[in-house]
Amino acid sequence: MGNLKTKRSSFKLHHHINWIIAAVALVLVVILSFADALGRSDVSLLNRVAYSIILAVSLNLVVGFLGELSLGHAGFMCVGAYIGCYIANYLNSVIDSPVLVLIITMFVGGLVAAFFGFIIGLPALRLKGDYLAIATLAFGEIVRNIFKNLPYFGGAKGLIVNKIFSSTKPTLLIISFIVVLITLVVTQNLIRSKHGRAITAIRDNEIAAKAMGINVTYYKLFVFVFAAFFAGVAGVLYGHQTTPVMYSFFSYNYSIEILVMVVLGGMGNITGSILAATLITYVNFVLQNELTGNLAALKLLIYAIILIVVVLFNNAPVFRPIKEKLNFRRIFERKHSPERIKDDAAAWDRVPTKIQMDELLSVDVTPTNYEPDKSSKDGGDD
Amino acid sequence: MSDIVLETKDLGISFGGLHAVQNLNLKIRKRQLYGLVGPNGAGKTTVFNMLTGVYAPTTGSFYLEGEELTGKKQEIINHKGIARTFQNIRLFNNMSVIRNVMVGLHNQPEFKCNPFTSMFRLPGYYKSEKKMRERAKEILRIFNLEDERNNLSCNLPYGKQRKLEIARALATNPKLLLLDEPAAGMNPHETEDLMNIIRYIRDNFDMTILLIEHDMKFVSGLCDEVTVLNFGTMLAQGTPAEALNDPEVIKAYIGG
Repeated sequence: MGNLKTKRSSFKLHHHINWIIAAVALVLVVILSFADALGRSDVSLLNRVAYSIILAVSLNLVVGFLGELSLGHAGFMCVGAYIGCYIANYLNSVIDSPVLVLIITMFVGGLVAAFFGFIIGLPALRLKGDYLAIATLAFGEIVRNIFKNLPYFGGAKGLIVNKIFSSTKPTLLIISFIVVLITLVVTQNLIRSKHGRAITAIRDNEIAAKAMGINVTYYKLFVFVFAAFFAGVAGVLYGHQTTPVMYSFFSYNYSIEILVMVVLGGMGNITGSILAATLITYVNFVLQNELTGNLAALKLLIYAIILIVVVLFNNAPVFRPIKEKLNFRRIFERKHSPERIKDDAAAWDRVPTKIQMDELLSVDVTPTNYEPDKSSKDGGDD
Repeated sequence: MSDIVLETKDLGISFGGLHAVQNLNLKIRKRQLYGLVGPNGAGKTTVFNMLTGVYAPTTGSFYLEGEELTGKKQEIINHKGIARTFQNIRLFNNMSVIRNVMVGLHNQPEFKCNPFTSMFRLPGYYKSEKKMRERAKEILRIFNLEDERNNLSCNLPYGKQRKLEIARALATNPKLLLLDEPAAGMNPHETEDLMNIIRYIRDNFDMTILLIEHDMKFVSGLCDEVTVLNFGTMLAQGTPAEALNDPEVIKAYIGG
C-alpha cells in the first residue's frame, strides 16, 4: 500500500479532470495577470466566467444530481449579492485588507443565502416537480422585489458597492478562480461519497431510496442549502465586480440561463457544466460587445441559434460518430479498461426532471384529465 | 416467544370504502421462509407496503422482535430491520451495480461519515469508503455479480437485476427480508439458482424471509409456512402442502 506505483495505476484521470481544469485556469490567470496581459474587458469576462461556473455547478447539484427542478437560483444569488455587498460597505472602513473583507463577505453572503435556502426548502421540497419549480420561481421574484423596495439597499437605483479592489490589479479575479477551484473540489468530493450516492439514488428512484433507509427530506434540504450557499458566494463575487448591484439582473431570465448551462453541459456532469458556463458566458459577452447600435437587436437571435446548434450537436444521432472521435476522455485514456468506474452522469431524458420540464413547457394539462400525483405513495400495486 | 421476528395483530387497511387487507395475523419465526400467496389483487403487496411504512395501517399493529413499528416512516422501519424488494424492479438505473449496493450500506453504523468529512476528504472518509467497497463486493460475490460491478445496473439482464435488488436489500443488514415476486420473469434455471441463493442467505445470515410468489413450485419447494390471501382476508395458513390443498384456496384460484 501507499507506494507510488500502485498510486499511479489507481489514479483515474476522469476522477480528477474537473479540479485539474480549474487549477490550470487559475495558474493561467495568475501568470497572465502578473504579465499584465489582461485588458480590462478580459478581466471582466473572466470574472463573469468564474461566477457562472460556480452557479452552474451548484445548480447542477440540485437539478442534475438530486433531480429537482429549481428556478430560483438567481434569487439566492441576489440574496448573497445584496447582503454581502451591504456588509462589505461597512467592513470596508473597519478592516484595511480588501482580501479579508471579501472573504468575510463571501461567507456571510453565502450563509445568509443558505439560510434562505433552508427556509424556502423546508416547505417547498414537499412539493413535486413542476410545483417545486413554480415555488422556487416565485421565491426568486419575491426576493428581488423586496430588495428593490428596501431603501437601505439603494431601492430601484441599485446598491452602490464601494470599490475595494483597484481595477488595475486583478486580485478579485485570482480570488474568484480560487473560489471556483474550492467549489469544484468540494462538490466533487461530496458527489463521490456515500452522501453523493444517496443523492443520486433519490434522483433515480425516490421510492427505492426511501426503502433503503435514506432520509430523503434531509438530503433534499441539504443539497438545496448547499447549492444556495454557493449561489450566495457567486452573488458576492458578482457584486464586487459590478456596481451598482441591480435587482433587475437577478430576474427569471437569469435563473433560466443558469439552467441552460446545466442542461447544455449535461445533467449530473460537472465537467459539462464548467464548459457550458464558460461557453455561454463567452458568447453572451462577445455578442454584447460586438453587436452595438442597431445590431443589438440581433443579439438574442444569434444567441438562440448558437444554443440550438449546440443542443443538436449534443443529442442528434447524426453527430454521434464525430462526438465519439472528439471524446476527450477517450483521447486521454487510450486503453479502455473494464475496471473503469462510470460517472453518475445521466442522459437528460432519463432524469425525471425532463418529464417535469416537458410538462412545464407545454402547458396542455386540462382540468378534466388532471389526476393528483400519487406516484410517491404507492410502491407498486398488486 | 422470543424467536418470533414479525408479528402482526389484526393488521388492516382500507382506502375509502375498499377494505384492501383485513385482520391479518402473521407470526413469523426466526430463520423461517414464509410465503404469502394469493390471486391477483388479493392485497399481498399492500401488506408489504404496510410493513415497510409506505402505507400506515388503519387498523391493527405489527411488531418486529417485540417492538411496535406501526405507522413509522419508511426510513425508520428500514433502520429497525425490515428491507424489501419491489414487484416492478426499482434499481438506481444510472448508477453502477456496486454503487447500488453501497447505497444499501448507507445506514450501517460502521460506515458512519458525516458530509463535512467527505466534502473535505478527511482521513475518516477513505477508511469508511474502502470498507464499504469491500463489503459491497462481498455481498455481490454471493449473488455472482462481482464481475458486473462496474456496469450500469440498467444494462443487466432481467434475472440479474432481480438478484441485484435482493443484494441491495441485504446490504441494509435487515432482520426481516421482504421479497416481492423474486422469481417473476425468470426461466426455470434462474429460478432454481434463486432458490439456492435464498436458502444460502437464510443459512449464512440467519435471515428471516417473507416472500410473495405466484410460482407454486417455487413456494412449495422453498417455504416452511404460507398464508393464502384472497380479497384482503386470510383463506388458509399452514405448511405449503396443507394450505395449497385447502378447498377454499383451490376455489379462489380456479373459481367455482
